[in-house]
Amino acid sequence: MPAVRIKDHWREQRLFDQRALVSVILIGLATLGLVARLYRLQVTHHDYYSELSQGNRVRTEPIPAARGLILDRSGEVIAGSQPAYQLELVPEEVPDVEKTLASLVQLDLVRAEDVGEIVRTIESSRTFDSVPIRLRMSDEDVARFAVRRFEFPGLDIKTRQTRWYPNGPLAVHALGYVGAISEADLKHIDRAAYAGTSLIGKLGVESTYEQRLHGINGFREVLVNAQGRSVERQGAFVPNLRTKAPIAGEDLVLSIDLKVQRVAEAALAGHRGAVVALDPNTGDVIALVSLPGFDPTLFGRGITPTEYNALQGDIDHPLFNRALRGTYPPGSTVKPVIALAGLTYHVVDPEAHKYCNGSFHLPGSSRIFHEYHNEKHGWVDLDDAIARSCDVYFYGLADVLGVDRIASFMAPFGFGKLTGIDIGGEKTGILPSRAWKVKAFAKPADQAWFPGETVNFGIGQGYLTVTPLQLAHYASIIATRGQIWQPRLVAGYRDAHTGQVRRLAPVSEGEITGVAPEDWQRVVHGMIGVTQRGTAAAIGLHAPYIFAGKTGTAQVFSVAQNEKYVASQVAERLRDHSWFIAFAPADQPRIALAVLQENGGAGASAAAPIARKVLDAYLLDADGKVKPRS
Amino acid sequence: MIYEEVGSGSRTRRTLSGAARVLLELRIDGPLVIGLSLIAAYGLVVLYSASGQSMPTVLRTGARLMLGALAMLLLARVNPNFLRRSTPWLYAAGCLLLVVVAAIGHTGMGAQRWLDLWVFRFQPSELMKLAVPMMCAWYLHERPLPPSWTALAVMSGLILVPVGLVAVQPDLGTAALIAIAGALVIVLAGLRVRVMLALLALAAVAAWFGWSFMHDYQRKRVLTFLNPQTDPLGAGYHIIQSQIAIGSGGVFGKGWMNGSQAQLEFLPERSTDFIFAVIGEEFGMVGLLLLLLLYVLVVARAIYVATQTQDTFSRLLAGSLALTFFVYVFINAGMVTGLLPVVGVPLPLVSYGGSSVVTLLAGFGILMALYSRRKLIGS
Repeated sequence: MPAVRIKDHWREQRLFDQRALVSVILIGLATLGLVARLYRLQVTHHDYYSELSQGNRVRTEPIPAARGLILDRSGEVIAGSQPAYQLELVPEEVPDVEKTLASLVQLDLVRAEDVGEIVRTIESSRTFDSVPIRLRMSDEDVARFAVRRFEFPGLDIKTRQTRWYPNGPLAVHALGYVGAISEADLKHIDRAAYAGTSLIGKLGVESTYEQRLHGINGFREVLVNAQGRSVERQGAFVPNLRTKAPIAGEDLVLSIDLKVQRVAEAALAGHRGAVVALDPNTGDVIALVSLPGFDPTLFGRGITPTEYNALQGDIDHPLFNRALRGTYPPGSTVKPVIALAGLTYHVVDPEAHKYCNGSFHLPGSSRIFHEYHNEKHGWVDLDDAIARSCDVYFYGLADVLGVDRIASFMAPFGFGKLTGIDIGGEKTGILPSRAWKVKAFAKPADQAWFPGETVNFGIGQGYLTVTPLQLAHYASIIATRGQIWQPRLVAGYRDAHTGQVRRLAPVSEGEITGVAPEDWQRVVHGMIGVTQRGTAAAIGLHAPYIFAGKTGTAQVFSVAQNEKYVASQVAERLRDHSWFIAFAPADQPRIALAVLQENGGAGASAAAPIARKVLDAYLLDADGKVKPRS
Repeated sequence: MIYEEVGSGSRTRRTLSGAARVLLELRIDGPLVIGLSLIAAYGLVVLYSASGQSMPTVLRTGARLMLGALAMLLLARVNPNFLRRSTPWLYAAGCLLLVVVAAIGHTGMGAQRWLDLWVFRFQPSELMKLAVPMMCAWYLHERPLPPSWTALAVMSGLILVPVGLVAVQPDLGTAALIAIAGALVIVLAGLRVRVMLALLALAAVAAWFGWSFMHDYQRKRVLTFLNPQTDPLGAGYHIIQSQIAIGSGGVFGKGWMNGSQAQLEFLPERSTDFIFAVIGEEFGMVGLLLLLLLYVLVVARAIYVATQTQDTFSRLLAGSLALTFFVYVFINAGMVTGLLPVVGVPLPLVSYGGSSVVTLLAGFGILMALYSRRKLIGS
């Protein structure tokens, strides 16, 4: 040991005491520093941290509002909400997930090929979250599981609200459907308002009236721990938790009469086509049919890709709403309005007879326009020409009127524009005119209007196209002798809580002006003739009410000038479309309708019988007598 | 009246002197025992709440406290001379155990720290918290103070070998505490201020160098400490949640077992390293100030004890133990309140788990032994 320095105990003690003193001072300072920090956290910033702590432990859970019901005019439910059953699994409560799934496969509750996907879902979920492993259980599935319930700890059957359409595809094209909220939907809805809602109206009434049907979601604040698990703890935490009850959506009362709707769908069943029946005095839609349809429940419960592709790929296009979006040449159903134009412009003498030899020669042209089926009507006046649907008479009338007068006269009847029905997707069809042709065609050569086109216009062929809804609307305007009402499906709202119905006033769109009452009467008389002695005499037979109608045949397939059209020789899908418009009773109409049967052939044979069934269903009671006016 | 007063007064005095005699016989220090007991009792009350009303946790901690108290009582009776003479052996054994742990140790919590001794799992690094300052004090005992350069170099080696072994486990927190305990001995031995400053500068360089050897999670901790908001769900989560807990507690707290941060498990490590935040949330600033007061009183008493010892070994060791105790408190409180980075340092006598309770109380036992024998040595 190097004895360079001698240990000086007294000096070392003093040195140590000195250091100890410095230490005490430093400890004091450090403690003061801590206290200052605590003061900052607990006094200065107390409110800030309290807020954060509150936000930590409270989670807001939405309570979805009950979606409003959709009822028909007599209160029958068309769309309601129904609990659907699904099997859910809480991973942490299941002793052996794989074994459990294997047993479920044996019970036929889970498909073997889905197991992999389910396991992945479970693995990506929090252990205490309920994971749906089987959706849309049938009552039988539920029962099968219920008896074995005790073997499956951690599994439970949960219910969720889905849309329920008790009548399946009935009136689906008026109703629309609800489906899962899509990316596109998210762009135009308030996400906050839809928290907790999984379904949204997609088409038809379900979509247009989405806001009223949806209601206002409520919420519930839930105490959660760090993992987000809800904890039911009492004591000091609870008092600040808030709850807001949801406000149920309003029920919609439709103007649709399900009884009539059913009859119309049954009558058209097996065919492609549409039926639109309106109350001509209000615009109320009594029936709106487009066939084929589809079951809207598919979308509410979650449509599978296979099901969707089947619907999309169907050659009959069941998803296509023919009543609103199908545009067809109206055929002879336009003759009443052409006649009315002729009378109003005083270019025709209703009493004068003209000779029909089955063909019409356009003056100054070599073109010949043929009568349908090359019929020869002989001498016909206006009344006869409507009743027997004489093309030659109307070829001539149209030629005399000229396209401009026809187009401007027809416009107020709703041709070429939207009827304004309260569901979306409606098409305008085409009301041709010189101006329209200039806009529609690019080449100057095509933009000129030819006299021959006016001639075709007179019998509803050529460029003129209409939707079944437009034609029903037109029929109802003739029925009321010029009153125009906007068609509507929703006639009122019913408060889900009180059951009180608030009726909506019908929306008038004015009236047709400048047409003399006796001219209306002449045309209506001609249309009555259709059902009594004319083209549709067969279906007007023995009707306990007088009704006015008009048949129409829309060409799908052009027949060359010298060929004959023989329906049986033309492929089914190339056959003419069959139209019929009608209103009844003829003097004081309560219903106006348009029936379209695609590829049905002549109007009289296909569409007219359907129309008669619909009229009967609406106007007659169980004994076959005309119901008194309500 | 006067007679009675005198009588009762004398009886009180007699009782007190009786208790003092018992303490003297046991060679334990009254004020320290009272202070430590209050802290431990307070800790158990908090732990019951912080563990989510887990009685087994409280009982296990109680048992550990008992074990620690036993170690304290036993060590308080040991002759300081014997303690000093056995120090090199203890130190050597500790280093050996660290090597063994590094070789075969049980991997717990992602780090090799444990040695399975059948009955309980023992952390040799805990032993080194005592053995390193003892060794430094032992080395300086017969050497003139302040220490020479040679002495400094030797002690650096004595400290860095176990610190290095603990740091590679990897357990940076404990390694730092061991290093601090040893360094405090040197500081108390009278290390010159300018040398200290020079060493601090050196440490800064070493820290920069050490950064390149750190594990990712260790680096992250340092970075998160510098800016907790950058990683709110990762490493920063601890600090943010503990500050929310303390801050939302306010002056008087949310009440026992009513701290939502702690009870709903937003606060991680609520019963171990972050129990300080539970106290802050449930008992507020008042509860924390009370705890800090108890700690400061214990440390003050321990420093006083150190100044009363009469040889270099006792003085340096006692001083180091006292200051180390405060360093524990400060580091834990500092990290929980966001003043210091998150290092795994428990709140002494309050945090649940580990053998740290036993080590701490054993240290106080040694402190008492050094104090109670002072007259024998001095005479």
